[in-house]
Amino acid sequence: MAMLSFEKKYRVRGGTLLGGDLFDFWMGPFYVGFFGITTIFFSFLGTALIFYGAAIGPTWNVWQISIAPPDLSYGLGLAPLKEGGLWQIITVCAIGAFVSWALREVEICRKLGIGFHVPFAFSVAIFAYVTLVVIRPILLGAWGHGFPYGILSHLDWVSNVGYQYLHFHYNPAHMLAITFFFTTTLALSMHGALVLSATNPSKGEVVKTPEHENTFFRDAIGYSIGTLGIHRLGLFLALSAGFWSAVCIVISGPFWTRGWPEWWGWWLNLPVWR
Amino acid sequence: MRNFSMKLFGTALLAGCMLLAGCERPPIESVQRGYRGTGMLQVYNPRTLEEVRAANEVPASIPLAPGDSPKATTVYKNVQVLTDLNVAEFTRLMVSMTNWVSPKEGCAYCHAGGDFAADTVYAKTVARRMLQMTRHINTDWKKHVAETGVTCYTCHRGQPVPAQVWTQDPGPKTAAQAGNRAEQNAAAMKVGLTSLPYDPFSYYLKGEYPIPVAGEQALPADNRHSIKETEGTYGLMMHLSQSLGVNCTYCHNSRAFYDWDQSTPQRQTAWYGIRMVRDLNNDYLEPLGPTYPKERLGPLGDAPKANCGTCHQGVYKPLFGVSMLKDHPELAGAKR
Ligand code: HEC
Ligand code: HEC
Ligand code: HEC
Ligand code: HEC
Repeated sequence: MAMLSFEKKYRVRGGTLLGGDLFDFWMGPFYVGFFGITTIFFSFLGTALIFYGAAIGPTWNVWQISIAPPDLSYGLGLAPLKEGGLWQIITVCAIGAFVSWALREVEICRKLGIGFHVPFAFSVAIFAYVTLVVIRPILLGAWGHGFPYGILSHLDWVSNVGYQYLHFHYNPAHMLAITFFFTTTLALSMHGALVLSATNPSKGEVVKTPEHENTFFRDAIGYSIGTLGIHRLGLFLALSAGFWSAVCIVISGPFWTRGWPEWWGWWLNLPVWR
Repeated sequence: MRNFSMKLFGTALLAGCMLLAGCERPPIESVQRGYRGTGMLQVYNPRTLEEVRAANEVPASIPLAPGDSPKATTVYKNVQVLTDLNVAEFTRLMVSMTNWVSPKEGCAYCHAGGDFAADTVYAKTVARRMLQMTRHINTDWKKHVAETGVTCYTCHRGQPVPAQVWTQDPGPKTAAQAGNRAEQNAAAMKVGLTSLPYDPFSYYLKGEYPIPVAGEQALPADNRHSIKETEGTYGLMMHLSQSLGVNCTYCHNSRAFYDWDQSTPQRQTAWYGIRMVRDLNNDYLEPLGPTYPKERLGPLGDAPKANCGTCHQGVYKPLFGVSMLKDHPELAGAKR
């Protein structure tokens, strides 16, 4: 890929966390870095192991291939390769690849002297994954509580784990997570629409500035959050969605074993209306 | 700004505390019941389980009666059901029944004024029918109760009225203009505190309202079942789960609730259980209505009836599968 003319001046050396100058170079448009190498290493190894798992499994149907975690009887120990050990190594690879990618983002931020908002945001997604396959299994005492790596099988797992608590829509953190997910899309669509409306005026009008955007919302709802504010809000909403998703699954089991509807007993028993 | 973030942090902390206020804590016990990674497993709080175990201890039974005494019918005047027992067996059962049903009140709960032959006390008339019902369960519903069977204690646990019985639910009172709840949206205990339709028993455990609601193909075609019917089924399933102290995956693989091939063997036992409970309610318990004093009847005047919780009381097998029946062969059915 050709390099844009102005791109070169941003390609500053240094700012690496590990490896010093060793991997401090670009390949085409991509910054490599020590963590670029580890990303590649973990993702190739993990993917190869998934292929191996598929090869020793019963099917090549992509929808049905599944790498399952060990039986609960292995607890927090290591399982034989073909009985969940593969899942354990792939999990290590996945976390290795995700964390490497986040650290590579950190290095790029350091080179550019910008904030760490992007790697931070990505870390919340990693946190949600780690919650599912590490934190919750440890709290429950067995790696077997992780989800299987397969397109349909992981959905079946989600469904069954939901019904372990009879009615998951009553999980308070799940309620919050869903609300944040919906609000994120609402905010993003309104923001996108607003920017496009200012830059696509009707025939004969000139392109408008943020003052018009602000005025639109002040007229409509009496308040405009502003150009920077909308991005703060967007980041907050999106990260909250991911964060509460992680919370809603980590409390299911370790901190609540019955139906989620029953959890609301405390609310129904408030002295105000009981 | 600093002040604002402090407030924000405080609110978040408060919300977090509220979230955990009603919660439990690790360590948790789980039991795998399907292929690894399918999520087919039961989750238990071992501390709660200990309480449940303690509450479901089986009482010691009285030593078996000798077989060589005269037939009860030859000695007593008004024996209609236990005609196959001898006097020793008969008396042993009377004492056991007293321990199981009315330990505080004693024989007098069913026999008043020292006349054991009289049928003046309603409880005796009810108990006679209960004897027939118990024998009927143990002989004709083996597909559900197996050889484990049931005794009076399975349901009564030392109380004249079992802990879990039901009558028709008139629903919460609403002001005349406040609209129609359509028999739902009332956080009912019977359906596990959900807002699902709150009287699944009248429909499914006495009536024979169809429980299957799912379509048989991926895309919706020719499935005439409504959302309300689906919620009705869900309400019943909440009851099944709570009565047995299990979650939905005890019987179903939730990827296909309707599919018997993907369900566990327990779902079949449950299917017979539903038919059994309907049978008990229609042929034994509801017809006892006129026998009971008024205060035993429900707000709509119907007799108290059984559901899954009447026997199971929060355990996957009543009394954790310990059979009391083997010490009480006289309840397994009439001797021939
Ligand atoms: C839960 C109710 C109940 C309790 C408690 C109970 N009985 Fe009975 N009893 C019955 C029933 C029902 C019959 C009739 C059985 C039948 O028709 O086959 C009966 C019949 C009898 C009879 C036969 C009377 C006759 O002449 O026909 C005797 C004797 C008797 N009971 C003694 C006792 C004694 C002693 C106790 C206390 C240890 C006792 N019962 C406790 C329900 C009860
Ligand atoms: C399947 C569960 C079940 C079994 C087994 C069972 N009962 Fe009952 N019994 C009930 C139910 C339900 C009622 C109605 C509760 C009520 O009276 O409010 C009841 C009511 C009674 C009553 C009336 C109590 C009252 O004061 O209203 C007596 C007496 C009684 N049973 C005796 C017996 C005896 C004796 C046996 C064993 C031979 C027995 N039951 C077995 C479920 C059962
Ligand atoms: C104790 C076993 C058991 C448990 C636990 C259980 N079910 Fe069921 N379920 C059954 C049986 C049996 C049927 C079929 C009833 C019939 O057809 O008479 C059924 C039917 C259903 C159906 C209808 C399937 C169809 O063909 O349309 C749904 C949906 C369902 N269950 C959902 C649930 C949910 C959700 C839970 C957890 C809240 C649950 N079940 C828990 C035994 C169980
Ligand atoms: C009359 C008492 C009684 C009632 C009412 C009853 N059950 Fe049961 N149930 C039993 C007994 C006893 C067993 C144990 C059978 C055995 O040992 O295999 C049992 C076993 C089961 C099992 C098998 C458990 C296992 O792990 O194998 C299921 C599932 C079940 N019952 C579901 C239900 C459902 C659902 C209902 C309500 C529709 C119900 N039962 C009502 C007495 C009852």
